[in-house]
Amino acid sequence: MKVRITLGGVSKPHSSKNMKTGDWGTEYPVVDEETCTACRTCEYLCPDSCIVVVEKDEKKVAVPDYDYCKGCGVCFSVCPVDAIRMELKEVYKLEVC
Amino acid sequence: MRKVVRGFYSVAHSVKLCRPNVIAAYPITPQTEIVENLASMYANGELGDCEYVTAESEFGAASILVGASAAGARTFTATCSQGLILMSEVLINAAGMRLPIVLVNTNRALSAPLSIWNDHQDSMTLRDAGIMQIHVESNQEAHDMIPVAFKVAENQRVMLPFIINMDGYKLTHAYEPIELLEQETVDEFLPPYDPPIYMTTKNPLTFGCYAPPHCYAEFRVVMQNAMDRARNELEKAYGEWAEITGRNWGGHIATENVDDAELIAITMGSLTGMVRDVISELRNQGKKVGLLKIRSLRPFPAKEIRNALKDVEKILVFERAVSFGHEGPVGIEVKSACFGLTPEFYSFAVGLGGRDIPREEILKIIGDVYDGKVEQGFHFRTVKPFEEVIV
Repeated sequence: MKVRITLGGVSKPHSSKNMKTGDWGTEYPVVDEETCTACRTCEYLCPDSCIVVVEKDEKKVAVPDYDYCKGCGVCFSVCPVDAIRMELKEVYKLEVC
Repeated sequence: MRKVVRGFYSVAHSVKLCRPNVIAAYPITPQTEIVENLASMYANGELGDCEYVTAESEFGAASILVGASAAGARTFTATCSQGLILMSEVLINAAGMRLPIVLVNTNRALSAPLSIWNDHQDSMTLRDAGIMQIHVESNQEAHDMIPVAFKVAENQRVMLPFIINMDGYKLTHAYEPIELLEQETVDEFLPPYDPPIYMTTKNPLTFGCYAPPHCYAEFRVVMQNAMDRARNELEKAYGEWAEITGRNWGGHIATENVDDAELIAITMGSLTGMVRDVISELRNQGKKVGLLKIRSLRPFPAKEIRNALKDVEKILVFERAVSFGHEGPVGIEVKSACFGLTPEFYSFAVGLGGRDIPREEILKIIGDVYDGKVEQGFHFRTVKPFEEVIV
């Protein structure tokens, strides 16, 4: 199949929905839902709008969107109750002797 | 109509006749009076359907033009030196977005140390940007090349930004009698911009979207193809221009006295006039010397240059910039065009940062090379004896 090349790399709106960029990062955030107070600090400060507070099992918690999260760690840095930790992706785990 | 005007005005007047839709600019010496002239025309209501935007920086000016061009506007700006390299992040994007922004660069040296004076180091930094670049010798040529630039940049077979390089001060500040174009002449030559795609508020688009490894390379191939087509389109536009105005500036290159020449001197920009004069004096002394003026730098006219140099014994390039760690950039290009030929090769960086280039120095360089008194390779000239110290 031929690759489609648009003049000037022009694309219609919403095409980024199909272009998942979550595999760019090295680490990913994990939210401890027990500790999270749903204060939304991470939601306000995420540079890629990739973490939002949602209702989950009758409790409001922050949930990262791993399809687009690039693992910058801003949410981890700003969380006032230390409810977010960063973990290394499996693919980058390497045994070094 | 023939009038004595400065280089600034020769550009501004021609831009006005091209009926631009958006001009965004930031002042920088020695460019400022180009956009000051355009701002006056705008304030006087002479620019028709045009927005003039005073930007907060060159980065801002170029960004405004990217947006305007993506919305289908004919766009223009002028800058140089630090301004050009501040624009470079945006302009390289504009090339990939295939936006036909036209820009006049009034060649000026780069910092540091700070210099506001003329050489070609600024535009050389954008050699590989996917932007067409030409150099002009005089203010009349600058005046004439503005409509040519719009025509080729906006050609749907090309769609790339276009930089017209004119030497700062040496041209911009000079008064010259200019055959000012008439509106009808430009209208006849330059059709209104007909963008193949543009965005509106009802039809929003992303320009230059993310291209992962599975398709990025193809975008770069089409840019190279567009440059290859630009080689023909530019040549055609030069020819058409000569036909309708009667002023023939040549094609990608212009040559004089090259057919029987043993030595050909190569120049770009305003230095050409003096070198031509020196060549003519040496010819009168019976020396077989010729002149090759490079007009188009990108697309690079390798075939034409090779053809002009194929039988010559000595090639001499006058450089106005340096590729530090190698040699003069024009010499590098010329040698690549001559691969497999075996002439002697000499290049001389002269007039860096506005250092005066005396006529006798040009005469001596060409004469010494002709008489075999100089070693082949890259040399600095018009340089004083110096010692380097710590403060």
